[in-house]
Amino acid sequence: MLDTKPRPVFLNLFKIRLPMAGIMSIIHRATGVVMVLCIPLLIYLFDLSLSGADGFAAVKAILGVGLVKLILFLMLWALMHHLLAGIRYLLIDIDIGVEKPLFRQTALAVTVAAPVVALILLGGLL
Amino acid sequence: MSRRASGLKAWFLQRASAIYLILFFLYMLLHFIADAPADHAAWQSWVAQPLVGFGLLLFFASLLLHAWVGIRDVVIDYVHPTAIRVSVLTAIGFVLIGCALWVLQVIILAHVA
Ligand code: HEM
Repeated sequence: MLDTKPRPVFLNLFKIRLPMAGIMSIIHRATGVVMVLCIPLLIYLFDLSLSGADGFAAVKAILGVGLVKLILFLMLWALMHHLLAGIRYLLIDIDIGVEKPLFRQTALAVTVAAPVVALILLGGLL
Repeated sequence: MSRRASGLKAWFLQRASAIYLILFFLYMLLHFIADAPADHAAWQSWVAQPLVGFGLLLFFASLLLHAWVGIRDVVIDYVHPTAIRVSVLTAIGFVLIGCALWVLQVIILAHVA
């Protein structure tokens, strides 16, 4: 921190070519932040669903609205991406999947699998 | 833990909570596939089971801890002026503590109902 020589900074977003693991990683971060912001909403729905028969019915009705289903899909996608990428990080912490072809392939697999798993889950739960 | 190791402590909390979150989501998923609560009475009596209640408490504790460590990392990365950084972190901290108390109340009420 004491060495404050100016370093080259290159932040042109249109010219930076992010590798696959970088793309996966940025989505992991963005989904984490979005989910944190949704925590009060989650607790609100949990509270309402337990407040009584009316509250339970209200939550069911809310989750049945078309637009809410779309939001639910996006949230499940976010959760699945964050969860799968998170598992990948945890494995990398214990030295599994650090080497080059696998490192890249698992990043691609996580990014592609997340929306698919989310769709399957949504189909099964609704 | 020493001051120097506090980064390690956060790193460890982030991992431990992540592992519990994975296990709890799996459990929730299996429960909802096998035996989705049909009405309020079924839902409430499930939440009121001692082990489920304990699992839920641990889930929200893990979720809020994981969220705090995670969002703190992100804020420290992107918000540099000290006054703004401290204000943002304080505001988020209060909201998360509020969430913790709120959900604790919800779970306790479900148990005494
Ligand atoms: C479902 C299981 C989950 C797993 C396996 C998981 C895993 C992880 C891991 C391993 C990290 C650390 C990444 C790093 O140090 O680079 C992380 C960061 C984070 N997580 Fe999670 N997480 C889960 C759920 C959640 C949930 C539900 C939320 C939000 C409510 C969340 C919010 C965050 C945030 C904000 C970060 C910081 C992101 C960053 O620094 O880039 N996570 N997660």
